[in-house]
Amino acid sequence: MNYPPNGSAAPPGTIGAPTVPAVPPQVRPPHAQGPDPAEAARGTAWAEGVDRLRSAATTEPGRLRIIGAVLALLVVAFGAVTAWQMTDRSAAADDVLHSSQPLSADAADIYRSLADANTAASSGFLAGGQEPAETRDRYEKDIRTAAAKLVTAAANSAPDSPSTAAISKLNTLLPQYKGLIERARANNRQGFPLGGAYLRYANETMQKQMLPAAEDLYKKENERLRSDYDSATPYPWAAIGLGVVALGALAWAQRRNYRRTNRVLNHGLVAATAASTVVLLWLVAGHTFARVGLDASYDHGVRSLNVLHDARIASLKARGNENLTLVSRGAETVDVKGVPKDAFDVDFQKQMKTLTTKLGDAAKLADDGTGKRPVQAADANMKVWKDRHRDAREQDDAGNYQGALDKVIGSAQDKPTRECFDNVDKALQTALTHEQAEFQQAATGGRGAMTGLPVGAAVLAVLGAAAAVLGIGRRLSEYR
Amino acid sequence: MSARRTRISLRGWGGVAAMAVACALTAVFALLLPLTRGAGVDGSTGVGGPGLATGVQARVETCTDPERSLPASGDESGPAVSAIKKRGYLVVGVDQNSYHWGYRDPNSTKKSSELEGFDIDLAHEIARKILGSGDAIRFRAIPTNERIPAVQHGDVDMVVRTMTISCLRLDQVAFSTAYFQTGQQVLAPKKSSITGYDKSLAGKRICTAAGSTAFERLNDDRKAGTLPPGTDISTTVPNQLDCLVRLQLGEVDAVVTDSALAAGQAAQDPTVELKGEPFTKEFYGVAMKRGTDDLVRRVNQVLEDFRKDGGWQSSYDKWLKDGLGAASGPPAPKYK
Repeated sequence: MNYPPNGSAAPPGTIGAPTVPAVPPQVRPPHAQGPDPAEAARGTAWAEGVDRLRSAATTEPGRLRIIGAVLALLVVAFGAVTAWQMTDRSAAADDVLHSSQPLSADAADIYRSLADANTAASSGFLAGGQEPAETRDRYEKDIRTAAAKLVTAAANSAPDSPSTAAISKLNTLLPQYKGLIERARANNRQGFPLGGAYLRYANETMQKQMLPAAEDLYKKENERLRSDYDSATPYPWAAIGLGVVALGALAWAQRRNYRRTNRVLNHGLVAATAASTVVLLWLVAGHTFARVGLDASYDHGVRSLNVLHDARIASLKARGNENLTLVSRGAETVDVKGVPKDAFDVDFQKQMKTLTTKLGDAAKLADDGTGKRPVQAADANMKVWKDRHRDAREQDDAGNYQGALDKVIGSAQDKPTRECFDNVDKALQTALTHEQAEFQQAATGGRGAMTGLPVGAAVLAVLGAAAAVLGIGRRLSEYR
Repeated sequence: MSARRTRISLRGWGGVAAMAVACALTAVFALLLPLTRGAGVDGSTGVGGPGLATGVQARVETCTDPERSLPASGDESGPAVSAIKKRGYLVVGVDQNSYHWGYRDPNSTKKSSELEGFDIDLAHEIARKILGSGDAIRFRAIPTNERIPAVQHGDVDMVVRTMTISCLRLDQVAFSTAYFQTGQQVLAPKKSSITGYDKSLAGKRICTAAGSTAFERLNDDRKAGTLPPGTDISTTVPNQLDCLVRLQLGEVDAVVTDSALAAGQAAQDPTVELKGEPFTKEFYGVAMKRGTDDLVRRVNQVLEDFRKDGGWQSSYDKWLKDGLGAASGPPAPKYK
């Protein structure tokens, strides 16, 4: 209850007297009485070391040596853990910037290109035997993009990862799909309905096998991106904790030194303290800045990018379904509350709903005018699209198939939904480019805040440890 | 410690063994059950429930000449015909993939990209007679296996889609009189060793449309054991034309379909041909909902007129003569 407070001004008479708390924890040999002779021998060696340490601790030089060793060890450990933890984090931040985000964007591109190619192929079919040049070009460009990005994705995935499985599946199916489409075109040109049968087969291959694989790849790459963020952003608590302990130990040693010698400053210990403080401040500030930058790149970049990619894919799927509604002419129906509805039109409505939601989310996430404008443009075009689609369905339901066809793929004076889809796609492309730049900027900033930290921390810690040892050595030399 | 591990691993193996035993038992039962049931029935019907089997059996016994339909009548006061006239247009289920029967010519120079073919001509003729205009019509493209549900649910007023009149289908829909005679035939590459619907099909993969009479026939023959050994009929597709896709891609060795449709396939690919003679005799009819007797009679009247006024012949000459040769005229109508 009335123990004297340990740190408060003690009577000067106690200076030099061996104080118990200064002695390092005395570890008793755990197996001192073990029956095993080998164990006993080890116990003896251990006991001998402890004995020697204990006897050293009874003299001031011995104690100083122990203190010096512990201080140096703490500062070096602090530097080492800092260097290790920050190397990890900055490598993860590097991955976010240069590997996982570009790969996630590539995967989204593969997914989009494939869906777009399929939509272009069905548009070309709707247009008749000679598909329009721009539809053909669009299809060819999509296939090229998908093939090129698949090569990049393959080069960047581990041999037996799930991404690799999806990539090799896509690599097998892409030439098959292309073959089916070419056959469809050749037969279509000769006026054979066989062309349509090939197109259906190609569409089935795309919808049932390729798009799910591409979606899988996209999800896997996004998970990888998320996990890179997760290893780049957490606070390096171990390093921070060790830093605090090291600084505490340095402060305690200096206070002890002051109380025993009445000297205020020990240059070595002060230098060690300064070095450790710099490392700790650098660590906390550098990581906080990096974290802010990376979090911003995630919140304003990656999240927007994901939502925009989702919106773009939804608009593509909606467009594909809109085309297929006319290609299949009610061939497939699904029950909606007991009423049979065209399966492709039901799916179209579903995708449009997704598009609406995603565009709403994108508008909320867009944080500046440049980001908001294209999203608003896409939203406006989507509304027109919905109106025109309703007109097209009315035409078709009224038995005017040609009218419906004109409303979907017709020329400009027909006010076709084709225009709306193209505008939505273009606006989303603009928004994606903008968000990609935002991501790049924020992530580069975040990554930059960690530059030099691991090396700097290591060098400073070594210097600090040396200074601590020198400082203690100077005090020690007074006993010789 | 090690004893415990052994116990755990033993327990693990015990589980595996138990599962293996369970699997083996299931397999044995699965193999034995059809055998025992097959022994009870005369073997002509399949693995269906006994009630269903006898029902079909009774029907087959009483069903001769399924192409007999209700007598023709020009009366338009019945409920089904009135409903169509009130609506102002006819909803017809058709095919858009059968060359020269119901299809869309991708190279058509016409402004409107409409369906055309022999079935389409007939559908327009029905609309013209009932509603006064051949264009008072809306086409629904339906896959082969959706024809009967589409009629039963009333999604369409009628199906004009190379649909064979059969005893089995008479239980589900009503048919007009026959407007075309055809038969099942084998289609295979010219170089193929297949010679027709015979032993040369042994070990071959055959494609049929799901829900088609071709598949029903093959399936019945497989159950009866008259199909050559090793013949694989597991490939079924939504439309007979999808079979030609599979054939060209080498996924199947032969196609079985109506000779009228097979001729359409051969017309699209000069490397395939019809093999052997048609091995069944079938008639195409217009399918309508059961109970719409007034509509069936009215359609029969349209067919009656179509045969007499030369409409049938000119449509045949336009679409089918090149592929099937000159026709000896439409099949004569048979009435109940």
